[in-house]
Amino acid sequence: MLDQLSAWFPPALIDLFITSFWETLVMVGISGALGALIGIPLGVSLRLTDRGGVLESAAFNRTVGGLVNAVRSTPFIILLVAIIPFTRLLTGSSIGTAAAVVPLTLAAAPFVARLVEASLREVDSGLIEAAQAMGATVPQIVFKVLLPEAVPGIVAGLTITLVSLTGYSAMAGAIGGGGLGDLGIRYGYQRFLPEVMLAVVLLLIVFVQAVQSLGDWFVRRLSHK
Amino acid sequence: MIQLDGIHHTYRGGNGPVHALRGVDLRVQRGEVFGVIGRSGAGKSSLVRTINLLNRPDQGRVWVDGQDLTALNAAGLRRARHGIGMVFQHFNLLSSRTVFDNVALPLELAGLSRREIRERVQPLLELVGLGALGERYPAQISGGQKQRVGIARALASRPQVLLSDEATSALDPETTRSILALLQQINRELGLTVVLITHQMQVIKQVAHRVAVMDAGQIVEQGETLQVFSAPQHETTRSLLDDVVPQELPAPVLERVRALLGRPGQAPASLLRLVFAGSSGEQPLLADLVRRFGVDLNIVHGQIDEVQGHPFGTLAVLARGAHEQVQAAIGHLRGAGVLVQELPSTEVAHA
Repeated sequence: MLDQLSAWFPPALIDLFITSFWETLVMVGISGALGALIGIPLGVSLRLTDRGGVLESAAFNRTVGGLVNAVRSTPFIILLVAIIPFTRLLTGSSIGTAAAVVPLTLAAAPFVARLVEASLREVDSGLIEAAQAMGATVPQIVFKVLLPEAVPGIVAGLTITLVSLTGYSAMAGAIGGGGLGDLGIRYGYQRFLPEVMLAVVLLLIVFVQAVQSLGDWFVRRLSHK
Repeated sequence: MIQLDGIHHTYRGGNGPVHALRGVDLRVQRGEVFGVIGRSGAGKSSLVRTINLLNRPDQGRVWVDGQDLTALNAAGLRRARHGIGMVFQHFNLLSSRTVFDNVALPLELAGLSRREIRERVQPLLELVGLGALGERYPAQISGGQKQRVGIARALASRPQVLLSDEATSALDPETTRSILALLQQINRELGLTVVLITHQMQVIKQVAHRVAVMDAGQIVEQGETLQVFSAPQHETTRSLLDDVVPQELPAPVLERVRALLGRPGQAPASLLRLVFAGSSGEQPLLADLVRRFGVDLNIVHGQIDEVQGHPFGTLAVLARGAHEQVQAAIGHLRGAGVLVQELPSTEVAHA
């Protein structure tokens, strides 16, 4: 049994697994963080400018909303290749893990924006009214009321985003981004090593499970409802 | 203290415009508890939201503490709102903050230091009887306690005016009484001007010095609470009052009265409705009727209550006696400040 395992997974392949897992972590972690950094303000601006929002503006809302929808409806594999010139401008190269972070971030940001917008909409409008009655400014409404109240929903949304990014990151192999998905395709599929494919899938299942559980734990801790 | 002049407000909704306020004028004196009552949709919520300009009226002016709020810019309005506390039907507490931090919120918004905030919040929690619950979250306390937090929060910025938007409508009768008692205490001890809107006459009865009745976006009647209660002029007022002071005899009572009237061989009887308001509850009036005027009394229905600390109530009595005696008795009652309505027995019999 052990002999069989070490025959399937020689030390060199184990190293490859470790490197690939690291690449997945880097891609998902960085693009998740950057996506949140862009997506949260975007989501807030969508909520504020929506009908009945404190900065209601149909023109802004429709423009930004349309842009968000456009990026979200572009299939990731197409987005990946379509923005290569932009990626090269930012990272100096169109291939590699760093290069994969750019399209992943671009895909994550509007996704986060919509999830944040949805969780902000869950905040009772009575709370905003109460804050206005206390003489709150718009930034105070956002930072003292809207965001703190929506934190559990936003964390749940970010968890979903990380899981989705893990899936997207498998496609980053197409531009040499590496990662577990890439390992599975190159070794498991192209070199006919089904045991490698199985190991990759199992590892991803465990990873996603861990991310989801951690996210759920945070949501439970943060929610006082 | 508060003055609204010619307020008009129209909502533009999906189902066409709704003319919620149609020319409302209102004066609220400093230090009084002013009640606004009306059925749902009468425009009371719009009215109370006009006072702190959460609703900006299409037309008209809003003065609070000598300041024309409608003329202020955004920053000026925010400053003015620090002087106007508001309590809501559904409490509107932040679920992410503890009781203490909820009360601290308006102080944080006003830019007070942590130390100042600590010094102010704890006494407020003591005032509303929640001194020990500061570290709880809103989800961990009862509805009545939530409203106490709401009241403490509204008082945090030391306002001159407290607006209460159906603050007790989501609470049970027992809790309602205790919250109203708290509002009364605040009005007395802090000298706060309180405007409370409600659809419950019970609330008006317990705390309001003066009351305005709203119907279809207009104030149809207003005055001293006791006076409005004892002599309601408008149809809406009468129907709202029916909840606490029945204006008409219930059907089973009428049945009985008819049976009593129908008995042959007895002196003619008059059905009288007596309204006691103010101090007239202190004399032995009914005993007088029997002793001095020789009128037989049969109490058929009644309710005696208290409005603003004065005895208040109505009694329906069947008075039997010679016509002159009954008339003299009525005169005596009126002389003592009792409002007497004579319901002709023929009308009762055919009602």
